[in-house]
Amino acid sequence: MHHTTYMKAGNTDDAVARMADGGQLLAGGMTLIPTMKQRLANPETLVDLAGCGLAGIEDQGDSIRIGAMTRHADVAGSDLVRGAIPALAALAGGIGDRQVRNRGTIGGSVANNDPSACYPAAVLGLGGTVHTDRRDIAADDFFTGMFETALDEDEMITAVSFPKTGKAAYVKFPNPASRYAMVGVFVASAVDGTRVAVTGAGSDGVFRHAGMEAALDAGFSAGSLDGITVDADEMISDIHASGDYRAHLVREIAKRAVAAC
Amino acid sequence: MTMVNLTLNGKQVSADVPDNTLLVTFIRETMGLTGTHVGCDTSQCGACVVHVDGESLKSCTMLAAGAEGASVTTIEGIADGDSLHPMQQAFHENHGLQCGFCTPGMVMSAIELVQDNPNPSETEIREGLEGNICRCTGYHNIVKSVQAGAKMMGG
Amino acid sequence: MPEGSIKDGIGASVRRKEDKRFLTGSGRYTADITRPGQLHVHFIRSVHAHANIKAIRKDAAAAAEGVVAIFTGEDVAADGIGGPICGWVVTNRDGSPTNEPPHPILANGAVRYVGDHVVAVIAETLEQAMNAAELVEIDYEVLAPVVDLAHAGSGPQIHENVPGNMYFDFELGDEAAAAAALDSAATVVELEVRNNRLIPNAMEPRAALAEYDPIDDSYTLFTTSQNPHLTRLVIGAFMLSIPESKLRVVAPDVGGGFGSKIYVYPEEAVCTWASKKLQRPVKWTADRSESFLADAHGRDHINKVRMALDKDNRITGLRVDTVANIGSYLSAFSVVTPTILHAPLLSGCYRIPAIYTNVKGMATTTAPVDAYRGAGRPEATYLLERVMDTAARQVGMDPAEFRRMNFIPKDAFPYQTPVALQYDIGDYEPPLDKALEMIDYKGFEARRAEAASRGKYRGIGLSSYIEACGIAPSAVAGALGARVGLYESATVRVDPTGTVNVFTGTHSHGQGHDTTFAQIVADKLGVDIGSVEIIHGDSDRIPFGMGSYGSRSLAVGGAAIAKAVDKVIEKSKIIAAHLMEAADADVVFADGKFTVAGTDNEKGFGEIALAAYVPHNYPHDRLEPGLEETAFYDPLNFTYPSGTHIAEVEIDPSTGVVELVDWACCDDFGNLINPMIVEGQVHGGIAQGVGQALLENAHYDETGQLITASYMDYCMPRADDLPNFKVDYTVTACTHNDLGVKGCGEAGAIASPPALINAVIDALAPLGVTDMSMPATPEKVWRAINDAQTEAAE
Repeated sequence: MHHTTYMKAGNTDDAVARMADGGQLLAGGMTLIPTMKQRLANPETLVDLAGCGLAGIEDQGDSIRIGAMTRHADVAGSDLVRGAIPALAALAGGIGDRQVRNRGTIGGSVANNDPSACYPAAVLGLGGTVHTDRRDIAADDFFTGMFETALDEDEMITAVSFPKTGKAAYVKFPNPASRYAMVGVFVASAVDGTRVAVTGAGSDGVFRHAGMEAALDAGFSAGSLDGITVDADEMISDIHASGDYRAHLVREIAKRAVAAC
Repeated sequence: MTMVNLTLNGKQVSADVPDNTLLVTFIRETMGLTGTHVGCDTSQCGACVVHVDGESLKSCTMLAAGAEGASVTTIEGIADGDSLHPMQQAFHENHGLQCGFCTPGMVMSAIELVQDNPNPSETEIREGLEGNICRCTGYHNIVKSVQAGAKMMGG
Repeated sequence: MPEGSIKDGIGASVRRKEDKRFLTGSGRYTADITRPGQLHVHFIRSVHAHANIKAIRKDAAAAAEGVVAIFTGEDVAADGIGGPICGWVVTNRDGSPTNEPPHPILANGAVRYVGDHVVAVIAETLEQAMNAAELVEIDYEVLAPVVDLAHAGSGPQIHENVPGNMYFDFELGDEAAAAAALDSAATVVELEVRNNRLIPNAMEPRAALAEYDPIDDSYTLFTTSQNPHLTRLVIGAFMLSIPESKLRVVAPDVGGGFGSKIYVYPEEAVCTWASKKLQRPVKWTADRSESFLADAHGRDHINKVRMALDKDNRITGLRVDTVANIGSYLSAFSVVTPTILHAPLLSGCYRIPAIYTNVKGMATTTAPVDAYRGAGRPEATYLLERVMDTAARQVGMDPAEFRRMNFIPKDAFPYQTPVALQYDIGDYEPPLDKALEMIDYKGFEARRAEAASRGKYRGIGLSSYIEACGIAPSAVAGALGARVGLYESATVRVDPTGTVNVFTGTHSHGQGHDTTFAQIVADKLGVDIGSVEIIHGDSDRIPFGMGSYGSRSLAVGGAAIAKAVDKVIEKSKIIAAHLMEAADADVVFADGKFTVAGTDNEKGFGEIALAAYVPHNYPHDRLEPGLEETAFYDPLNFTYPSGTHIAEVEIDPSTGVVELVDWACCDDFGNLINPMIVEGQVHGGIAQGVGQALLENAHYDETGQLITASYMDYCMPRADDLPNFKVDYTVTACTHNDLGVKGCGEAGAIASPPALINAVIDALAPLGVTDMSMPATPEKVWRAINDAQTEAAE
């Protein structure tokens, strides 16, 4: 790893100021540190957010607000989340392995927008809101492409809120090697109708599938998805799965998610 | 350089280390405890698992500076003098190790797994060890060891 | 079982003596060792599969902080440093020798695979070396890569002296006889299989630490090796021209090998060479990415198989044409693996009157390929057990019964195959029957139906294997091209107080030798296992030995220990006879005591040991003082473990996911010294075979980049990929070693891949699927199902 200067931010404003000076935010480090070890990222300054007070889960009535530094294990184990949005708790409990869940954070995962990460599917599938140091961004506006988000360069996620719904499920088909999602589908019944968010598969990162959502709004059953086609050309194609196969899996895994709702 | 102060296997330790020092490097090189191993560079093999404030973490994916003030326990710190920790004893009794390289991480993961779930099923153990790769045992005896270790730990 | 009179003796599942240090973090692996003043080396590796090196500019790097030296292939050549040698070559069909290209320890003029060693940057810290490496500029003239094995011969030539990219063109057997059998067959079964390329992935990455001592002009090399004396021989005699006596090689605790740590690699030679040039210890520890790129890979064959059956479905002939990927350079056992360790195994456990095989070893611009757990035998077993199932299906027989009727009958031993080997002993039906019973073969159709009711396809698959291990004898190996002997050595040194030190030439990197070998000694001498120390891995301490690979440690190394112990007992008897004033012939040794037959006179083993070292009352006229004996054991034959493995799978047709739901195996390893350790070896072998069949594949893209270069893309078996395994044994004791043992380290990896693929095909056979390549990934299985359904619809 290249030389870097490590500093701790005391609060959000401090972190944002240091980011404006060129600092790279360090949340759980589950992606950033391996990337630095491989010398693919070489930040001059690391700004550790551990001391910013951003961990915690709050009941906000219709929604649950999860602080950016809340770890996957804490979301998975939260009685509040398990009661109000069990699908979200289950998703968090299936990210990576136990050591990743003990360290990785929701803010880090959402900000990175890895195309095979699980959390983006929940944020988009539940129609959540990403809170930053300066604004609230609706999920539909947040994810803008593979590893791309609507965040400004010096903007920092402080929390993510999710509307409560018991009718939701996430099913992941893991890449057998990395155990990241090769296809992950989050299906939820939201106020504005059914939302279907797909991670792991799309060549532009996480996406909603309008055809499936319409079909499920017309009749919420796994069978409703039988006639749906997923465009293989819009899928990632790699040694683990061709676009064709991923497209097939998207529908198949979506059906399982619907059945699990 | 950053001064890192932490509790390592119950002892207060401090050292001034470069900011980019990984926790595993701090443990192995700065502190000379070589029981914690490095088997990959993508945070997957789990040979480096230690406990930080009681939770299992991959020490190759954390900066030493990030463990400031924490209590870190490594494989060297779990036996009680000459008597092995029940999980260590269970691995011995059930032949849960061969070359020994993945073993420290495997044992540290297993202990936390059982602390969270005192009576894990075979499936729960297999899934709970997802972050630890062993090339020697085929896991069969590791699963048996963890089951036995859980019993010995009072589950 | 022989002997076995004491609690921790032969046949007991003694818990391992070595466990405590591993369980407490006190193991001592190469990377754990630090020497004062040590430097760190970082290797700059080729990013191209095939290129000429036009220029290397290292001035900026040389001036960087902490840099002590930067070496390139020119420096290596200037010092006359040789490369790793091929340890075993073959004679071609036309009588010409194997083409052996040079393999410089740092590339000189050209690179031939992604990961090839180009520059060694040595600095005070590893980070400084890596920082400086980024400042080295290398100009490459990129050449066309050779990646596709099937067409390697028509690719650009990789080495000047390897025309057509063919290292060797080997044959074995009677071509005319096999052709005649095929011509007159009632049924000809044809199959083409690909044995997928694997990356060994011992969990401990390779490492080396070399130190030069100017006072006596000697070197110490700590390295991750399965065979320290071979490393010493090759680095000393062939690479650096150091007198062997001036080079000490220590392989301390080694975290798994599986073949990949047999070979002498360039990195450890560079460390040794540089340690003298720089007069400082030089250390290298691979990261996992380097292991993927530059450890020797395994397997990678294409096999075309034709089998002849008569009208009664008995096998009458077999022809196998193999193309083996040897990679960019000839690694130590790269030639022997697909030839001598492969072709003679093609008879399997079957009576096959005529066999012929041709093996072409091809150069490609990929990492060197060499022995990986099983080494040649898994490839032979895979094609044979796949064609056995294909044949059974083709003639409409149950695969178990088809195997049974073609087994070599138990009264036919010793059995001479048409491919050089003579099997000393075996009995193949009992393990088949036991395995069938263990998995409830008869109840399978009911389980298949039950699975179908859940929408799953269930399948069962068998593999009845034989392997040749305990590789030997030296004279035969030599005649077949080996450049080393294949004996093993042991010294047994009894201390005056009766404790015993055993110095073995084998090396333990997970196999539990500290325990198994101690059991043999404790059993034979009647001493407590705690008083037996096994010493291995240090060329300064142990007698010259060949190390551990090919499941040879017990069958060859253990047999050497037994012989040395026998010599100790013989000498002790004479001492005891003297002390008890009896005739030698009247002294009996049992349970650690020497007694004079028919009397109460007895002497404990400890008393004899003391007498040997305090020889006040001693038969000086007949014996020298002391109690230390050495034996070199060169076996008469290979040993031939065999058995049957059975896999049961369920396939989810909507995703193609294969779930391994059950595994039963019954192996014949001869006598077992420690059944617990044997079972662990079987488990681990099966897991690696399951990895090959379902998960693992080394994938190079068309430009020669290794795509599966980390655990993100190379799929290692994890705990939740595997079931528990049902393991049992039958015993036919090996006839030619004193312990009656055969070897168990590789069996699981040899037997399991075909069992699993046969099970997958069995599950899909009702759809009309007849073939499946390894690894049977979800997508491949899903496609096979889809294609079959599409075909059926048409």
